[in-house]
Amino acid sequence: MILPSYLLALKQDFLSATTSEYIGQLRLRIPADELQSLLTALKQRYEFDMLIDITCVDYLNYRGATDRFGLVYVLLGTESNERLIVRTYLNEPDLTVPSAVPLWESANWLEREVFDMFGIRFAGHPDLRRILLPPEFASFPLRKDYPLQGRGERHNFPVLTRESA
Amino acid sequence: MPLAPSELSPPQVDEAGLAEQDYLWTLNFGPQHPATHTTLRIVLKLDGERVVDAVPDIGYLHSGFEKIGEHLDYNQYVTVTDRMNYISPMANNVAWHHAVEALLGIEITPRCKYIRTIIAELARISDHLLCNGAVGLDVGAFTFFLYGFYQREVIYDIFEALCGARFTNSYTRTGGLMYDMTPLVIEKTRTFLRAFPKTLDDMERLLGRNRIFIDRTKGVGVLSKQEAISRGCTGPIARASGVTRDLRKDSPYLAYADLEFNVPCATEGDCYSRYLVRMAEIRESLKIVEQALENLPSGPVNVGVDERVALPDKKQVYQTIEGTITHFELVMLSRGFTVPNDEMYAAIEAPNGELGFYLAGDGSDRAYRARCRPPSFIHFATFPHLIRGHTLSDIVAVLGSLNIIAAELDR
Repeated sequence: MILPSYLLALKQDFLSATTSEYIGQLRLRIPADELQSLLTALKQRYEFDMLIDITCVDYLNYRGATDRFGLVYVLLGTESNERLIVRTYLNEPDLTVPSAVPLWESANWLEREVFDMFGIRFAGHPDLRRILLPPEFASFPLRKDYPLQGRGERHNFPVLTRESA
Repeated sequence: MPLAPSELSPPQVDEAGLAEQDYLWTLNFGPQHPATHTTLRIVLKLDGERVVDAVPDIGYLHSGFEKIGEHLDYNQYVTVTDRMNYISPMANNVAWHHAVEALLGIEITPRCKYIRTIIAELARISDHLLCNGAVGLDVGAFTFFLYGFYQREVIYDIFEALCGARFTNSYTRTGGLMYDMTPLVIEKTRTFLRAFPKTLDDMERLLGRNRIFIDRTKGVGVLSKQEAISRGCTGPIARASGVTRDLRKDSPYLAYADLEFNVPCATEGDCYSRYLVRMAEIRESLKIVEQALENLPSGPVNVGVDERVALPDKKQVYQTIEGTITHFELVMLSRGFTVPNDEMYAAIEAPNGELGFYLAGDGSDRAYRARCRPPSFIHFATFPHLIRGHTLSDIVAVLGSLNIIAAELDR
């Protein structure tokens, strides 16, 4: 694996960052407490000016996984045409990471969706509410301990009998 | 076991600010409104007819597509991708299997690449026709919409001859396609390529210099280049704002590296330039389809039996031992094809922008995580920024030019 020069320079500054590659796609793994400074450096010094996606993977049933949640940032440099995937791993009970909204405006709704589906909190987010599900929804449906066919919401439907209808 | 309610922070209410904005009207736009076209709701704060603020409220069509993706196998899930952006389902099919094949590390055959290019571009034409048609319809140009819709019907006919389904095609398969292209499809596509440019000229003449249309769209909903990048816009919306990016050129996939086409861009970033960029893209797509159709390579559409992902044809199954084994391995419930324990993000340039899938494989033939990066979701987040300061009637123009498809927005 031949790393591009910006990544070599980056690894000088972030000694705990590790790189991996899968079929030409570069991934950078960083501990959660250094995520904020790494993203800031990527945005300001290495010209990753577009945040394509934020998503999360719940590794509850994943073979060989040691951490519960993996948070994934897909970054793109519009001038350099470089793509980089930054991953960080989180464990319960501390599911809070700093928000990326000050860096990229597009993080706003993406972080709200991750919060909605996985319950990961983003410290410093301007408006961290549920986005796709109603505010009174009681669980985080894309977690692996949530079954495919709903739990909770259907049980609460009032039962209509012939007399009451 | 009773569920513990999640701890949600109550919305921050700024009492002083509310008193100051006492004279503002609150208006509900949607979720059932003819001009939203799909099911979405916007809570507007109005000062007379001027929009002071807009708060989008989405999720009405949320149906858990990503959760379903963890329970259907890689070939079954393609039927769900049809329902995401149902204006151009073929592009979604191509995007999904593009990501699956990237995860599996499969190189598809040249013929398959060209056919996928053709259908992706036909989907782009049909998507842009509807999007621009809807902008026209919303600002009062009904004829334009009908012209566009008639041509979409012709594209549906091509898809019907290709795979039997007009609307929800589910045409791609891992490592190949459902059917090969027949001479009838090629003939139909050629007829479309001959007849359509004339209609396109008519459409451009109808609206391109129409005074009412230009007054309604020019200078409305301006997105600067800086904002477009920061807000993650891709596709025609970013290109209308001067972001010269197109995945077909920047990281060529399928057959785009062999074909000649231009990427239309504009610098104004308003609704009118988004309309112009889409119209110009239709012409470029026609060029791509024509070139791909004339240079269509011969050969198989599915990858060979040694890849163990595509079902071999009957002759191979009955006459060769490899074919029999592959068929057996693929149809047995406990077998399927082998998937690496790794993760991949792959995206294509869909009509609306970058449509990507982040896939996590866990060795089984179902994705462990099937995240879709929907362009509509990212683009709709820019809406409050675009509409602030404009009038109520500009909402439909901005909403139409962003091409928000609620099924893709909510998934």
